[in-house]
Formats: sequence, structure tokens, C-alpha cells
Amino acid sequence: MNASAMDVNTEAKRILAVSISKLYASRSQRGGLRLHRSLLLSLVMRSARDIYHSAYAQAAAEEAAAAMDADKELEKVSEPLVKSPEPEKVELECREREEDKEVEEEEDMEDVFESETDSEDKENMNPSRHSRKRRGNTSAAPDFLPSKRARLEPGEERHAVLLGAVVPLGAMGLGSCRVGESLNAFSINRVAMPAC
Amino acid sequence: VAGAGGGCNDVQWCFSQVKGAIDDDVAEADIISTVEFNHSGELLATGDKGGPCQPAPVPRGVQRVQAPSRATNPSSDYLKSLEIEEKINKIRWLPQKNAAQFLLSTNDKTIKLWKISERDKRPEGYNLKEEDGRYRDPNTVTTLRVPVFRPMDLMVEASPRRVFANAHTYHINSISVNSDCETYLSADDLRINLWNLEITDRSFNIVDIKPTNMEELTEVITAAEFHPNQCNTFVYSSSKGTIRLCDMRASALCDQHSKMFEEPEDPNNRSFFSEIISSISDVKFSHSGRYMMTRDYLSVKIWDLNMETRPVETYQVHEYLRSKLCSLYENDCIFDKFECCWNGNDSVVMTGSYNNFFRMFDRGYRQDVTLEASRENSKPRSVLKPRKVCTGGKRKKDEISVDSLDFNKKILHTAWHPLDNIIAVATTNNLYIFQDKLN
Repeated sequence: MNASAMDVNTEAKRILAVSISKLYASRSQRGGLRLHRSLLLSLVMRSARDIYHSAYAQAAAEEAAAAMDADKELEKVSEPLVKSPEPEKVELECREREEDKEVEEEEDMEDVFESETDSEDKENMNPSRHSRKRRGNTSAAPDFLPSKRARLEPGEERHAVLLGAVVPLGAMGLGSCRVGESLNAFSINRVAMPAC
Repeated sequence: VAGAGGGCNDVQWCFSQVKGAIDDDVAEADIISTVEFNHSGELLATGDKGGPCQPAPVPRGVQRVQAPSRATNPSSDYLKSLEIEEKINKIRWLPQKNAAQFLLSTNDKTIKLWKISERDKRPEGYNLKEEDGRYRDPNTVTTLRVPVFRPMDLMVEASPRRVFANAHTYHINSISVNSDCETYLSADDLRINLWNLEITDRSFNIVDIKPTNMEELTEVITAAEFHPNQCNTFVYSSSKGTIRLCDMRASALCDQHSKMFEEPEDPNNRSFFSEIISSISDVKFSHSGRYMMTRDYLSVKIWDLNMETRPVETYQVHEYLRSKLCSLYENDCIFDKFECCWNGNDSVVMTGSYNNFFRMFDRGYRQDVTLEASRENSKPRSVLKPRKVCTGGKRKKDEISVDSLDFNKKILHTAWHPLDNIIAVATTNNLYIFQDKLN
């Protein structure tokens, strides 16, 4: 990836992190969630996510192409080895985790937009989705969400957000989000969130 | 007549008065949230986040009325146990029909009608009461006299007359009184309601942009206003930078607009924040009703109601901020909602900016000026000096560089007297009155 694409990418990541922390901060502000502000935040996150994703898709494609070339070279010079199934497996695992997180964040985002609404809006809810609570293991909060009790320093917050940070934009009706896939390919040091 | 005889650069604006705390330690309750002259220009109302009615005299008979917000206790939304901000979002005066003045004020959820009365005389010389109001012992009354009215310091009182509640699910951002003087509209993020001023328990929904599925939400209503002359016409602006004009004669529910005003986005200016900065924060009809003005984050646009494809005039308020949008996003300034206003004869428009700067654009003479509301420039009758922001290169003397601007000092609310060159400019917690030196 060239330098300016890296810059844009870094910028996109930073904006994503800032946006997510703003979104969660706005939940606790007096007067309740402001719909307009929440909408604008989600639009910025979508822009950042799209740019980030397209940059990584491009980089992944480039790397894959380079790897293929390298493989071809190796095949030529050395004994044929069994192709490692790991990359595909990793991809599958990522996708499964992706979908879980996506669902959680869709509900999260719905919470953002729907917490403003009145009881009258319950009739508008999808009847098949009878519970608004997060599915899965509710006792373990997703690792990218700031725990209600744990308090993160600003730097730590960014790390925690970037860890498999699938952007909660399911609510915007967009397709599956594959950012996490790319992020998982990085080795980011996990930050232990202190239990309080 | 305001604006006549020369462009806005020919007017010498003088400091007249300032109200509010001097120190920088701003109490939340003192933050001014709205400023509005009444139709005759005699009264100036301000709203804030709390505090009792504190009328104060302002030059040349302009009285300052503070719309009381503490008169009601901070209320709760009983369905969600949410504390509702007492901040007054908007004030609108009713056209005057008799001696009494009325205004509408609104917070996030409730609209109130207030009667404003002035008292400059008080009766003195009661027989049965002391001056302080205590009753006298009847046995001590030996003479009889007729009470007389004596002049007193002008007192302006506001008393609540009607409460229009429980009609809005989302946060109210606008109210606008119809030219028929009988109805008014209130707008929140997704709906606009029509009220009769006499009826508090019922309102009619005239615009509803709430999607069936909230996941599909793409825009919200940001401001709405009735046409100044045509009682069937109103406009509402959106977070996407569009303005829709609706005719209430067309149908009961005005979801279908009669006209939609939208300027295509310049692809060269595309950024992460394009959507935020195109969100319209204020819309105001000209007094004539021929034009309307919109304010978005970086510019003011004048639209001719007869042309929907693009504005007829665009004025850059602080274009130098375009390269700083990321920082302004981080410090939340990009979400600031600036208002704008017309002068009395629609020749000049005014809006606020940062560093306590405010800008005026003369439409006829094609001039613009940047002025500052600050305590340092506030000696009586001192003329305001135009300010200039240095956008790059060598900074000239008296210029201020973009990086030195104080983004905590913002002017969101301004008002122009309907007849004269008198303006009210609200900084965070101070209200400045400036007037033309000739006045």
C-alpha cells in the first residue's frame, strides 16, 4: 500500500475510534440521545469504514497476488508442499465471529436510534426479532465495547476499539461489514481491561 | 432605514450595552440559547438554560425580557424517566394585536405561551395597606385619600398563559408563528405539528418523515418556518442540506413537498465530514417572503423561492475551517448550530462564527465584514473595528491566525432590529447590543 493510502487509512481508523467513543459518550449525556447527532456520527463512521475497508481490500488483494507469485516461485524450486489450509480456516472463523458481532452491533445501533422512541414504536419493530437484548453469552461483553465499569484511558480506548472493531453500521441497512476481517489480520497487542 | 445609503462597510457599529457575567467561568444556567426582537423592535427576548425572568432596559426603549424557564421545574418524560433539559431552544414573538405582547418559547418537549406586560407605574397611597403591602389596623385610619399612580422603574413581567405539551416524541428544534396569527408550527427531528394558539390539548401532524424501520433513517428535520405572508406555506430544512417547501392546501399531511431546494455537492470538496457540514442549522425567510436563507456549517446561502436548483447567493462564513474539519469533529465544534438573520429591509444578512466573531454580508454592495463581540471593545460608543483572519502566509498586523482562534467562544445566536440598525449578539453567556453610530 502506498504512503498516502496509508495516511488515509490511519485517518479513517482514527475517525472511527473517535466516533465510536462519541457515540457511547452521548448515551450518558443529560437530555438523552440526540437523534440528529447520532445520525451524523453514524454517517461519518460509514464514510470512514468504507474508505478503510476499500483500502484494505486493495492491500489484501495485492498481498494475495504477491503471495501467489512467491508460492509459484517456491513450487518451481522446492518439493511440492501441501498447501496450508490455515488461511481459509482463519477467514471462515473470522466471518463467523464477524456475523455475531455484526448482529450485536446492529442491535446496538438500533438501541441508539430506538431508545429515543416511545412505546408507540414497538409496533414498528420486526416481529421476528422479539428480543432486543444481545444474543449469545450476555455475561461476557464484546471486547470492543467499553465495559460499563471499566474505565479506559483515551489511548487504551482506541486499542480496545480497534480490536476486531466491526463498526456498528448494520442499522444503516448496509451489507455485511468485513472490516474486522482485515483488522484481525493485524497483530495488535491486547489491552487487558481491568475488572472493577 | 436599515442598510440604506451604503453597504454594510459604511455602517459604523458602536458598542451600546452588554449584559451578563464578566468572568469566564460560565455557569450552565447562564448560557444564552436564543435571542429574538419582537415585531416592533421594542422588546428583546433571550432564553437560557435556567433562571428567573430578569428584564433589563436596553437602549432606546428596547427592553430585554428573559423568558423564564425555571418557572417550571425541570420536567421528566414520564414514559422514559428522562430528565428534560430546561434549555429554551427557541422564542418567537406573536404579532401584536393589543397592548399586551405574547411570545412562544420552547424547550426540547414543551411549548409555552407567555404574556409579556410592562409596568411603569404603581399605585400608591392606599388607605388600608402600608406601602410594603401589610394591612393597617383599621382603627388607625383617620383620613381618607385617593390612591394615585406614580412612575416607577419599568418592569417587564412574563406570565405563562398556555402550555402545549406531550406532542413531540423527539427533540423540538423550531417553532414558527403563522401570519394568520391563529396557528403555529412546532418541529422536532422527524415530525412537524400544527397548533391553534387557543387549543392546548390537540395538535395536527403535518409532516412525518419517520421511516417505518428506524434502521433506514437517513435524514432528520433541522429547522422549520412559516412563510411571512402566505399562511398556507412553510419550509423545513434537513440534515442532508435540502429544504422542502410545503403547501398546506395540497393535503392534510404535507409529506409530499411542493418544492425541494437542493444544491448538488461539489465533488472536489468531498471528505469524511461532507454530510455533517451540509446539514442545515437554520432557515429564515426574508421579510419580503421572496427569498429564504439557510445556514450550514461553513456558509450562508440565499435561495429564491422560484428557483430550486441552486441558491442565488452563497457567502462563505469561515472557509478557512474547511481544512480543520477533523479537529473540529474531535472537539465537537462541527456540531455547532449557527443561526442567521436578515436586516429589516433584507439587504444585509448576519451570522456568527468562532472567537466571538460575527459576520455581515451586504447583498447589494457585495461587501462583507467581520466584527468581534468582546469586553475589550466595549467602551461606550466605541466603534467596532473590522477583524480579519489570516489564512496562510505572512500574518499582517491586527490579523489573527486560524490556529489562534478560540473555538470555545462561539456566537450561535444573533438578531437584527426589524426597523433600525440595532443588533443583538449573544456570546456564550453575554448579550451585546450594538447600534449604528448615526442612531
